[in-house]
Amino acid sequence: MSDNTMSGAVMVVGGGISGMQAALDLADLGFLVYLVEKTGAIGGAMPQYNKVFPTNDCSMCIIAPKLVECGRHPNITIMTLSQVVDISGQAGDFTIRVRKYPRYVDTSKCIACGQCSAQCPKSVDDSFNSNIAKRKAIYIKYPQAVPLKYQIDPEACLRINQPGACGVCAEICPPGAINFDDQEHDHELRVGAVVMALGFQTFDPSKAKVWGHGIYPNVITSLQFERYLSPNGPTDGILTRPSDGEPVKKIAFLQCIGSRDKNRCNNEYCSSVCCMYAIKEAVMAKEVNPELEVSIFHMDMRTSGKEFDRYYERARSEYGVKFIRSRIHGVEPKGTKGDLRLHYISPQGKQIEEIVDLVVLSVGLETPDSMVKLAETIGIHMTPDRFASISAFMPVHTSRKGIFTCGAFNGPRDIPQSVIGGSAAAASVSSLLASARNTMTKTTPPSIELDVRLQEPRIGVFVCHCGTNIAGVIDVEELTAYAKTLPQVVHVARNLFTCAQDTQDLIVQQIRDNGLNRIVVAACTPRTHEPLFRKTLKSAGINEYLFEMANIRNQNAWVHNQEPETATRKAKDLVKMAVVKVATQTALKPLRIPITPSALIIGGGVAGMTAALNLAKQEFHIHLVEKTSQLGGNALHLFQTWNGEHVPRFLKELSEEVLNNPNIEVFYNSTVVEVAGHVGNFNTTIKTGTNRKQTIEHGATIITTGAKRYIPEEFEYGKIPKVVASIEFDKLHMHNETRVANGKSFVFIQCVGSRNKERPYCSKSCCTHSIQSAIKLKKEVPSRQIYILYREIRTYGQRERIYNQARELGIIFINYELHGPPKISREDTGVLVEVWDHVLHRPLEIKADMVILAAATLASPEAVELANMFKLPLNADGFFQEAHAKLRPMDFNVDGIFVAGLAHYPKPLEESISQALAAAAKAGRLLARKEIALEPNTALVDPERCDGCGLCIDVCPYLTIHLVTYQDDDGSVKKSVTINQALCKGCGICQGTCPKRGITISGFTYNQIEAQIDAALCTELTPEASL
Amino acid sequence: MNREQKIIAFCCNWCSYAAADLAGISRLQYPASIRIIRVMCSGMVHPEMVMHALAQGAAGVMIIGCHLGECHYIKGNEMALARAEVITDTLEDLGYASEQFQLTWVSSAEPERLVEAFRNMCGRLAVLQSEQSADHIM
Repeated sequence: MSDNTMSGAVMVVGGGISGMQAALDLADLGFLVYLVEKTGAIGGAMPQYNKVFPTNDCSMCIIAPKLVECGRHPNITIMTLSQVVDISGQAGDFTIRVRKYPRYVDTSKCIACGQCSAQCPKSVDDSFNSNIAKRKAIYIKYPQAVPLKYQIDPEACLRINQPGACGVCAEICPPGAINFDDQEHDHELRVGAVVMALGFQTFDPSKAKVWGHGIYPNVITSLQFERYLSPNGPTDGILTRPSDGEPVKKIAFLQCIGSRDKNRCNNEYCSSVCCMYAIKEAVMAKEVNPELEVSIFHMDMRTSGKEFDRYYERARSEYGVKFIRSRIHGVEPKGTKGDLRLHYISPQGKQIEEIVDLVVLSVGLETPDSMVKLAETIGIHMTPDRFASISAFMPVHTSRKGIFTCGAFNGPRDIPQSVIGGSAAAASVSSLLASARNTMTKTTPPSIELDVRLQEPRIGVFVCHCGTNIAGVIDVEELTAYAKTLPQVVHVARNLFTCAQDTQDLIVQQIRDNGLNRIVVAACTPRTHEPLFRKTLKSAGINEYLFEMANIRNQNAWVHNQEPETATRKAKDLVKMAVVKVATQTALKPLRIPITPSALIIGGGVAGMTAALNLAKQEFHIHLVEKTSQLGGNALHLFQTWNGEHVPRFLKELSEEVLNNPNIEVFYNSTVVEVAGHVGNFNTTIKTGTNRKQTIEHGATIITTGAKRYIPEEFEYGKIPKVVASIEFDKLHMHNETRVANGKSFVFIQCVGSRNKERPYCSKSCCTHSIQSAIKLKKEVPSRQIYILYREIRTYGQRERIYNQARELGIIFINYELHGPPKISREDTGVLVEVWDHVLHRPLEIKADMVILAAATLASPEAVELANMFKLPLNADGFFQEAHAKLRPMDFNVDGIFVAGLAHYPKPLEESISQALAAAAKAGRLLARKEIALEPNTALVDPERCDGCGLCIDVCPYLTIHLVTYQDDDGSVKKSVTINQALCKGCGICQGTCPKRGITISGFTYNQIEAQIDAALCTELTPEASL
Repeated sequence: MNREQKIIAFCCNWCSYAAADLAGISRLQYPASIRIIRVMCSGMVHPEMVMHALAQGAAGVMIIGCHLGECHYIKGNEMALARAEVITDTLEDLGYASEQFQLTWVSSAEPERLVEAFRNMCGRLAVLQSEQSADHIM
């Protein structure tokens, strides 16, 4: 196909977090995006959650900026209430039929005033609130919805079901937006590629009566529990027993409801996320009420992600959540008051009965039938578990070329994996459609900015409730009243979520209506939310730097949550400090500098090569630095992926493709020795094999330095030759070495060096790896005795199938605890393994011909040096610490640097490849911009005050200050300094040094800091101090 | 008049301000007398700002930067350290107690350390205040 037939538009189907991420990346990569969403608003499942693990961030708070970004991006067209009907054509040139269902509300007219909903006489179960509350027949999906437009539920609406009936909404709608005659329409759209981010539904437990869901009111699902806990939920975050509104004292979580279950449903797989969300929900409930008794009944706690095991441990030791290894098969009522009875077998083998107030069913994830049907229609293959069939080597590619997939439609996964998938799909589309980049996109004309220099400050203050995060502690009404009394403040408003899309529109409107020229938002932290609000100022036509945040959440409500009155007083000070600071803030213009259109990738393993190849196909130049003399990294030791794909062949093809790509330059035996520059223009010096130093200019950096394996110090490793590590075993096994060939009894020991005191994390891929080896051994010689000694089997997602297969083949799984590890000793020609059997309650002795240790994955020791050079953080285990565990899983807080693969955390190959593609998307998104705007908070010289003493020149770390001499009007020679604005980073060390107040950083001037100090200390002005 | 005791804490954008945000996320609790002023670097804080805060009635002033060797701007915290000596000397000359000023290092991942520094500062100032009022009575 010739390039000019490729379309530069892309369709993303599904508006959840994964689809939103794909859309945002694609739009910034230079493609026009149609974001097709089947419900009335984008957001997917995230807005329904209260908090997210393991950061305990409020879910709405972190997703709201993304919703807003999607809603306002000039190259994203959101199509709600729409579904794909058919896809024809081929990669690069698809024609897609999209059916748009009637909303019955004209979105161009609806002002979301809500009068319709208030007057609507018909109430139905609200599925957004998981049916624990009602909504009207005319409704918005949730208050922060994007787009914020009402819709009519045609099944519930009286008028639509009976012409001539009701119609009250149409009568009262102020702009006349109601249209009962709205019809469905089919649209045909031409796009170059499709991203299927179809999402999931949670398992419906009421179908199987055993758990009593839908029968006993106090049996609820985990999603319903989220809605009870959520501050924007129907109970305002207050949890009581659904049956009688009495306080809850004792909760039982039942895991694996609709997962790992072939009897009550067909969901054989593990849903991957329920263990963590159950812990989170338990912890959140305990936080509100420490007296609460919470037990989690589980088979294995599958907390294999980054920082997950620590979270699990904290739940147990700090919060006192009880974890009971038992699968509960039924819930019965006890008495008539709503109490519930559970039976289980304790680890000691005793039959135990427990009475609880509330049972929470940790429901699994599954693909809705309609999505399976759609996949069939458009011809993409599905797995037996009804998820999109993907290769571990191409984790976002469906079986149909040009159609990509991400999120839980690819198999059950958590938010970061969905975000990574969205970005990875965007990268894959971008390499496919590289030649069509920027052919369909619109550029927004630069907004006309109001010149406020001669205006008196007219300050607007917006106080955020942040659900109950702020309003639950601080008296926001009092704060608002106080803000109105502050000098130059002419407008004050309060919002439930100031970061929501509707509030942005409101702020813009209020800026215009009130002629505001400076804005203060009292909310969370500028570190996460300043960029969002700056954009809002920009769209209102005022300079984005005439803005200040008062951090009344992270640094006030959350840290003084037991002292509401003091916190409210402090909030007043913080708002006043922000107001006086913004009053003297001046408009700033960012300096725009060109970007070097190339990337440096450090580490030539699978992640590094994948990122390199993707970016090279996106037509960027790549410098790939590998410290050894060979590409391949840790994957050189792997033979197969979890679903049996052959790794060596893949690796060979990938290396060849990398080496043959003219856009990729590989440096072998090379390491980074020096780093200079910044996002867009890094200058990195590498030392090559011949000890030559070479400096590379690049716009972006990707760190894919991998990890190393743990050399066991336990289990007689290195002392008994028949005790080997799993990677060594794979090689012996492949060559059918005599120890393997003649072996009749094999023992695998899991968690060797992982999940202990020293390394409290899970190495994630070892359970799957050992089970695969065991299956192979058993299939070769079925009479072999094979034991797997494990702490928890973590075959998450569809890997559960191989665990089932192993058990069906007769492989024996024996659980051990950290405090009672197996004992290994030499015996005759074999190895004696002693372990306590928790099922039989007696010690077991196994005579093994070989013992295989599943050794941990460790952070690369070289990470420390690299982290120092690039100024990046590492976590306590030595892995690179991403910017945000949920929504920025491959970014750093240092712009222009990204991470992928084992350098980030232990993970299987497919996850490394996904993350590498995602990092490539981020790097590509940056490089595609061609130029970058530098923060304009740089040093400014006051020529009136500067006398050219030059003290600042000596302290400047970036050598940006230079002495100048000039003649003033009288002809006398004066000295002063000048600043190279492109190099200045705005650290202000000069400002701290200057004896004359002659040099200052815009946004942090002496006057501003003094004003903040005065405002913080001057309590006399506060109403209560004047009493 | 019993004026509310307040402490001005200059926190650098990269380490201590981030740690203060994290303290919130972790729901660590500390005395509400702390007023954080965000600066880009601990090296940005001019000694005059410290003096100004004390002159305006701050019970104490803290400058909190990244650990030595970890400054986002290479050596800003070293400058802050060098100036701290000057500040301490000056404030004693002006009749303030040396306890009223504190320079501390906290990384972005150490909210507990930050909270401890806040608590210690408050504790020290409380002791100082009770000593001073005792002196006053004598």
